[in-house]
Amino acid sequence: MSHSDKPLDPPSLAERDALAREFQRWLPAEAVLHQPEQLRPYECDGLSAYRRLPLVVVLPDTVEQVQQVMRYCAAQGIPVVARGAGTGLSGGALPLSNGVLLSLTKFTRVLDIDPVNRTARVQPGVRNLAISEAVAALDLYYAPDPSSQIACTIGGNVAENAGGLHCLKYGLTVHNIIRLQVVTVDGELVTIGADSLDSPGYDLLALMTGSEGMLGIIVEVTVKLLAKPESAKLIMASFDHVEKAGDAVGAIIASGIVPGGLEMMDNPATRATEDFVHAGYDTDAAAILFCELDGVPEEIDDDLERVKQVLDQNGCTRIRIARDESERQLFWSGRKSAFPAVGRISPDYYCIDGTIPRKQIGFVLTRIAQLSEEYGLRVANVFHAGDGNLHPLILYDGNQPGEFERTEELGARILEACIEVGGTITGEHGVGVEKIDQMCVQFAPAELRQFHALKEAFDPHRLLNPGKAVPTLARCAEFRAMHVHGGELKFPELERF
Amino acid sequence: MAVELCEAVVQAAADGTAVQIQGGNSKAFYGRETAGRVLAVSGHSGVVDYEPSELVVTVRTGTAVSALEAALAREGQMLAFEPPRFGDAATVGGVVASGLSGPRRPYCGAVRDFVLGARIINGRGEHLRFGGQVMKNVAGYDVSRLMVGALGTLGVITEVSFKVLPVPVRDATLRMALPADLAIQRMNEWAARPLPISGTCHTNGELYVRLSGSESGVAAAVNRLGGDAVDDAAFWESLREQRLDFFTAQTPLWRVSVPPAVPPLAIEGEWLTEWGGAQRWLKSPLAVETIREQVAAAGGHAILFRGGDRSGPVFHPLPQPLLALHQRLKNAFDPGRLFNPGRLYEGV
Ligand SMILES: Cc1cc2nc3c(=O)[nH]c(=O)nc-3n(C[C@H](O)[C@H](O)[C@H](O)COP(=O)(O)OP(=O)(O)OC[C@H]3O[C@@H](n4cnc5c(N)ncnc54)[C@H](O)[C@@H]3O)c2cc1C
Repeated sequence: MSHSDKPLDPPSLAERDALAREFQRWLPAEAVLHQPEQLRPYECDGLSAYRRLPLVVVLPDTVEQVQQVMRYCAAQGIPVVARGAGTGLSGGALPLSNGVLLSLTKFTRVLDIDPVNRTARVQPGVRNLAISEAVAALDLYYAPDPSSQIACTIGGNVAENAGGLHCLKYGLTVHNIIRLQVVTVDGELVTIGADSLDSPGYDLLALMTGSEGMLGIIVEVTVKLLAKPESAKLIMASFDHVEKAGDAVGAIIASGIVPGGLEMMDNPATRATEDFVHAGYDTDAAAILFCELDGVPEEIDDDLERVKQVLDQNGCTRIRIARDESERQLFWSGRKSAFPAVGRISPDYYCIDGTIPRKQIGFVLTRIAQLSEEYGLRVANVFHAGDGNLHPLILYDGNQPGEFERTEELGARILEACIEVGGTITGEHGVGVEKIDQMCVQFAPAELRQFHALKEAFDPHRLLNPGKAVPTLARCAEFRAMHVHGGELKFPELERF
Repeated sequence: MAVELCEAVVQAAADGTAVQIQGGNSKAFYGRETAGRVLAVSGHSGVVDYEPSELVVTVRTGTAVSALEAALAREGQMLAFEPPRFGDAATVGGVVASGLSGPRRPYCGAVRDFVLGARIINGRGEHLRFGGQVMKNVAGYDVSRLMVGALGTLGVITEVSFKVLPVPVRDATLRMALPADLAIQRMNEWAARPLPISGTCHTNGELYVRLSGSESGVAAAVNRLGGDAVDDAAFWESLREQRLDFFTAQTPLWRVSVPPAVPPLAIEGEWLTEWGGAQRWLKSPLAVETIREQVAAAGGHAILFRGGDRSGPVFHPLPQPLLALHQRLKNAFDPGRLFNPGRLYEGV
């Protein structure tokens, strides 16, 4: 637990060259990047406010090479940060200036599809959507569908326990994988989970899921495949008040229906996405709710009537049902591209990821609106309403001095509001570097100590993604003191923009 | 009560004596023999928080499973993983620690899939909280799920939050005469289609299928699948509680977990297959090694579930690096090796 958060001296060019030459002894020359301009693309993930150049980037394409990289780094005490597609939103793949960035983007092969047992064995760099595409002809699919699914990798999904629009009914990544191959910090290859529904011993599969590259390097994933629902219907409902929409979410769930997806956007988000995809959204509504029902057609028709009733009882002002498959896709397209759409109406945006009990949606949205006013920053809300997972997007301009710092502070206040109502600081994007201070609010020192002890069982010298996800107790003590004084920068050692 | 449990752990740590964590003692037959002073959790009971519209219940682990299920049933909800109780005394803590799930498991999820959060007492006597009461939570490592199936070797579980689900409006059971190989084939074909299946079991040359969902959805599926509709809700309850005739014999009972579509294994003994083929029960007098070798060759693992030698390798042996990792994890939570020593693996 003695890991220091203090800035390190930037490495010299000579150090970089020497390390690169070492790797090139057993990796192809082009699989080792060390010139600053080659390193640039890896300086940040989706949380681009934090940037740092790694010592070198390695791009192995066999498991043996990954093992060799780990063996070498473990022996030399060099920290390693794994990276998939770099779409993470919490800085989990942010490089360390004294560390190696291990990119898994060359691992793009679908190794095996087993239609009878309904599983696919894939390499970690395979994109989320590519799995469903590879098995589409079998009428099967991989259920978790993050909005970033065209780009993000399955390895990154496992490392973050990614969710998606249909997780309410079909579960998160942790519910949809059965087996991993993992390279440990000292280069050993271990199998976690099994091809059967369970495996002997502790549930290490659950532990690896969402572990943000802190426990091992995932080099193979076996996912469950589900039968594509026979049919699906999407209802879009307008509300004149966000609080009413929030209550409708709770009421639908309480009625005993589990929709395939239950999502919400507030007015600013609806306007931004409408301009982007022209889906015909109701831009006058204070909020719109997307409720998808899937299953056998007979069942959908029954549920549809019940959902319409619940929506009416909760004061919905307008209902539209997608006429056909292409309109259903169109309605979803806006929700799926909400982040880039909001990106067009503001120079920068910052995505928050708190989860709260559903009954608190109305209350927390009102609180966010107050905070937004207090900080003079606009906020657009899109979220996985059925799961109570909020994604407030704070709109800001990074070129205005002090605006990013205000944005971060507003984000922190929103997360603290989530904790207050019994929620959590991250539903699916992970802690990374971004929410490390809020971990001090959510967890007591003894709990953090337990996390560190757990990590050391996997990684005794703390070489895997050190400094992320779980704060040191010293950092929390500092944070608490700083919280009182305010105004200081979260990561003074990091280059911003 | 939680305070007293913490004190008991601190005391045990000070004395260096092991403790056997005990709920209703309904699953004492399961796992390896262990030793130590009994730490009774059953007094730590009661529902802490239950909001049906949130689909979440938080409960102290000494609560009787039947009491929890009754509270849920009053609101038309259930523990969807249908944990086997194996007796009226069974507690929620035992459900989590044993990690056993019932007939609905392959179609709906296992215990671990429904655990949202847990409070535990670690080997230092610290009362810790992980996860929470919300559906999605990736703050910190998933310690609550790690407790599931750990047989109490990592800590005393004091409180758990579960996701619960509405009880389906309608259930129907179909029965058809089929040999085991065809039954396994059929179960897997069905699973690849969008059907509302909630249970499958092959025993005595007959395949039972349970369908659950809305009136219309179940009716449509019954039409599609054919077979005899039997009015037999009691069958699934007997299967879950292992009260079918199959389970009454004195021969050692094995739980065999394999990829679901694996054809019937040529291991001498009597078989009952459920979970779409993924969980198979075997009554066999054969040697441990003989059984394990064949099951492992089929990509699975075998647990000596009831009977036989309870001091031997009851659970499938782990490869050395994984066993070492288990030992280090044990050490991270329970450095004094107080909790249920050896119940899962020797030295864990
Ligand atoms: C527009 C947009 C929309 C998004 N929508 C969603 C959404 O709906 N739901 C959601 O959950 N997320 C969403 N995200 C976040 C992000 O896409 C996910 O977190 C995704 O799982 C990250 O995958 P990646 O391959 O990009 O991982 P990276 O960003 O490269 O890495 C993420 C973390 O995983 C670790 N890691 C990566 N690969 C491995 C490996 N093989 N072994 C060990 N550790 C590894 C890294 O060290 C890092 O800590 C969105 C992001 C964007 C930009």
